[in-house]
Amino acid sequence: MKYIYELHKVMVTRNLILVYEGEFTQEITKSVLAMAERNMDAIGEDSTIKRKVFNVMVECLQNIVKHSDEIDDINYANKNSAIFMIGKQEDKYIITSGNPVTNEKVQDLQGKLEYINSLDKEGLKQFYKDKIKNSKGLTKKGGAGLGFIDMARKSGQKLQFDFEPINESISFFSLKTIIRRNVVK
Amino acid sequence: MEVINLDGTEDTPKIILDRNNGIFEISGRSLPEDSAEFYQPILDWLDEYSKNPNPETVFIFKLEYFNTASSKLILDILSKLETIDNTTISWYFHEDDEDMEEAGTEFSELVEVPFEFKTY
Repeated sequence: MKYIYELHKVMVTRNLILVYEGEFTQEITKSVLAMAERNMDAIGEDSTIKRKVFNVMVECLQNIVKHSDEIDDINYANKNSAIFMIGKQEDKYIITSGNPVTNEKVQDLQGKLEYINSLDKEGLKQFYKDKIKNSKGLTKKGGAGLGFIDMARKSGQKLQFDFEPINESISFFSLKTIIRRNVVK
Repeated sequence: MEVINLDGTEDTPKIILDRNNGIFEISGRSLPEDSAEFYQPILDWLDEYSKNPNPETVFIFKLEYFNTASSKLILDILSKLETIDNTTISWYFHEDDEDMEEAGTEFSELVEVPFEFKTY
């Protein structure tokens, strides 16, 4: 039973206010959003910060839902399983997600994220407008291809990411977005 | 023309499209699981409306939040409205919601329809 205490300690040290591990669906997304909203309402969080956190959470969670069926590896038992966490510190919220992706997608994802991180505020705005205007409809997954750009814009910080190889066909993709709480207007 | 009147839910907006009473409004939250499917009836309705529109159309967007997939569909709606003469967009945003104000400004730069910005 010690693992319960260990897990509790990790959550407390890392200031995690919400952790969800398992299968992701739209229903789960709504529940997680509702919990985080209640949590922020309870402490009277500033509405601008609240909206930004909500925004980044939605894009993050819906990304996982949309891509959760892509892993088809019989050797990997946790293929439908992903993790989502929110940490709250004095000066920031940290929104983190982790999910398995196929190795073929790693390079593409990495390229997209690096490109987004290379842009400043104005560059991101321009990139967003170009993409929304020139893309023909949504992707077959129902996305607009704008999620990461929007997360970077709402956050105002670089997106942090990592790919941890699981086996020869899958990697674990971790993504971290920070929302500052002490935004000077 | 039939009236579209959808109640808002925690992940879909409230929508009223009522030609006879001149009410055209999308409000609330938009983060449906399948944005394209959700907005298709709205786009179809606008196609029909554009064939014989009212002399003047004021389309209200009063959104609290929308996800990126919805933003693409909002642009599709605006592009349809672009083809209808005498259309104005009333873009509402909460007075402290700069991101929603900016989103409206960006949409206004992407289509040739006059926008009026209002706070609530």
